[in-house]
Amino acid sequence: MLEIKDLYAKAGDRDILRGISLSVAAGEVHAIMGPNGSGKSTLVQVLAGNPAYEVTGGSASFNGKDLLSLPPEERAQAGVFLAFQYPVEIPGVSNAYFLRSAFNSIRQARGEDEVDPLDFLDYMEKKLELVDMDIEMLSRSVNMGFSGGEKKRNEILQMAVLEPKLALLDETDSGLDIDALRIVANGVNTLKRPDNATIVVTHYQRLLNYIVPDYVHVLAHGRMVKSGDKSLALELEAKGYDWLVEPQGALA
Amino acid sequence: MGGSIETLVNREYQYGFVTDIEAETIPRGLDEKTVRLISAKKNEPQWLLDWRLKAYNRWTTMLEPHWSNVSYAPIDYQNVIYFSAPKPKKQLGSLDEVDPKLREMYGKLGISLDEQKRMNNVAVDVVMDSVSVGTSFKAELSKLGIIFCSMGEAVREHPELVRKYLGSVVPHSDNFFAALNSAVFSDGSFVYVPKGVRCPMELSTYFRINAEGTGQFERTLIIADEGAYVSYLEGCTAPKRDTNQLHAAVVELVALKDATIKYSTVQNWFAGDENGEGGIFNFVTKRGKCAGENSKISWTQVETGSAITWKYPSVILLGDNSVGEFYSVAVVNNHQQADTGTKMTHIGRNTRSTIVSKGISAGEGNNSYRGQVKVMPKAAFARNYTQCDSMLIGNRCGAHTFPYIEVQNQSATVEHEASTSKIGEDQIFYLTQRGISKENAVSMIVAGFCKDVFKELPMEFALEAQQLLGITLEGSVG
Ligand SMILES: Nc1ncnc2c1ncn2[C@@H]1O[C@H](COP(=O)(O)OP(=O)(O)OP(=O)(O)O)[C@@H](O)[C@H]1O
Ligand SMILES: [Mg+2]
Repeated sequence: MLEIKDLYAKAGDRDILRGISLSVAAGEVHAIMGPNGSGKSTLVQVLAGNPAYEVTGGSASFNGKDLLSLPPEERAQAGVFLAFQYPVEIPGVSNAYFLRSAFNSIRQARGEDEVDPLDFLDYMEKKLELVDMDIEMLSRSVNMGFSGGEKKRNEILQMAVLEPKLALLDETDSGLDIDALRIVANGVNTLKRPDNATIVVTHYQRLLNYIVPDYVHVLAHGRMVKSGDKSLALELEAKGYDWLVEPQGALA
Repeated sequence: MGGSIETLVNREYQYGFVTDIEAETIPRGLDEKTVRLISAKKNEPQWLLDWRLKAYNRWTTMLEPHWSNVSYAPIDYQNVIYFSAPKPKKQLGSLDEVDPKLREMYGKLGISLDEQKRMNNVAVDVVMDSVSVGTSFKAELSKLGIIFCSMGEAVREHPELVRKYLGSVVPHSDNFFAALNSAVFSDGSFVYVPKGVRCPMELSTYFRINAEGTGQFERTLIIADEGAYVSYLEGCTAPKRDTNQLHAAVVELVALKDATIKYSTVQNWFAGDENGEGGIFNFVTKRGKCAGENSKISWTQVETGSAITWKYPSVILLGDNSVGEFYSVAVVNNHQQADTGTKMTHIGRNTRSTIVSKGISAGEGNNSYRGQVKVMPKAAFARNYTQCDSMLIGNRCGAHTFPYIEVQNQSATVEHEASTSKIGEDQIFYLTQRGISKENAVSMIVAGFCKDVFKELPMEFALEAQQLLGITLEGSVG
């Protein structure tokens, strides 16, 4: 489904990703872990098409398409979804309107009819239940004044609404209380299907008790330094990253 | 900030066509003879000619104001045509007699002069260059005693009302541009809503500058008698030309006891091209007087056009418990300059005013908000709330805020909030990551920013504002 080959990327003059390769098949869950600043967010942002990053080498294909040549909206329309580590606030734009616009934009791109506001509301009700969110959240401006946990839940709500083929979850567990963590994980698991795939970026093994990964990868200094199965996460929890991460001179 | 966002707001001006209509024009230039000629062409009574001459004489002693934050090459007032009327200028019996070319032009502007508007519940008056070319729904309105006609007709048919109220809010000597307008005003709209009548439809005037080198100096006067209500809409466009054209209008509103006037404008005069060539110089004096207690005047404006905008719709809160409101969206792009804002003068007790100003600057546009809140000694418990937000798109544009607050009564409350934000690449990326096109993403962000103002616009205009700004409005706006 997703084939990343020797990917290099930078922001400004700063090289961040230095040769990443990763292959994700339909139905799989991959976890990416690694120290702060190692490039995890950069990787998922680059896959989603954030123009703040410049790809300087390598390739990424998604279901046979050259992902990197598409503008972000076309990647989303093709089924790539990024749950942001830091969801963005949009003043004056209601969550309901935003969700419906996104939903209809993606439908349109697929040649499907737009859904009118009333039918959309019906559809939303089930989705809200899934993440245990109050309908009142729909009339508020996108992420404005949402608590940290509410923002994360709102990301999963969007994912539930858009039903992506490839979900990239960037530290969706950070800042969640235990109950919220279970709700979010449950949401992700409910949405899991044999024809879609998930990449979760996390610092905590805890999340992986709920969302069980098929593979765990460690990213350090912009490179994949180790891959394994879910037991690698437990090992990291016990040992930290030092044993994997080579000192990088003054930068380390 | 990428140039890409800027190109999204750089849409070509759609209304830049010229209609080939025979016009009767007088020679360029302005002196006492010009004033007399205009008055004679309009068969005006002596009192009005006298008033014009007084204004003209006053104007010759005044200097063009230069305190605003705009700069432009000097205007040669002797090189302007002060009167131009589409021919034939015979009295029109009904809208069916309007020149088909004119009808076609208004069709292009998306305005229909006929029954179609019944659906939208809007009565339309159209002013082209200097002359009103037709008012719709007159008969229906007159059953309720509502007068909605051109200023020229009002002078003929309702001289007592015109004489009583003309210049009662904006005196002929008020300022340089108002004095000029008083001397040479050509036409405009007149509205009178009698006691206790709620006007059942939106009244609307469409202003169009067509002839080249012509100034437009229309004068609008709206009176809501005791307990009356009226909502009035004004729209403006002009052809694309590479020379600047002058527009100096005056609008006066009078709200008597318990009356409400809602005045909405969508101004889309030609703004000049991307190099700053051409465009309308828009120097407008708009003022309302809440003359009676519990009266209310509300200005809502969406300003997208003009090379230069100099405009401060104001309210004089004379009656006790009266309310003044100003909701504004001003967009400048390329080399546009806007210096706009409002003045709220609290004179009566318990008077309240609300100011919400949203400025959007793109390209090399310069947007200034200038607001004055004045609380006079007798205005006990007066309250003002001002919110003034600026949004910048790109790095070459500017936003400036000049609040002036003067409080002479200790029991007054005046609040001012201001913010400046940049349209964020992170916001655009967030929306596009959800499958929304970049163009719609910018529209959504801008519409969200302007929401507090758009929700004040009548539905018909909200849709027009949407077209103008290329904005996808939220379903909730209306
Ligand atoms: N837009 C940017 N401009 C400049 N530097 C950036 C930018 N984005 C990321 N970086 C830098 O690149 C490095 C990797 O950042 P990234 O956010 O990908 O790390 P991360 O692995 O997600 O870290 P964390 O675990 O703290 O979320 C960091 O040093 C960061 O400061
Ligand atoms: Mg991160």
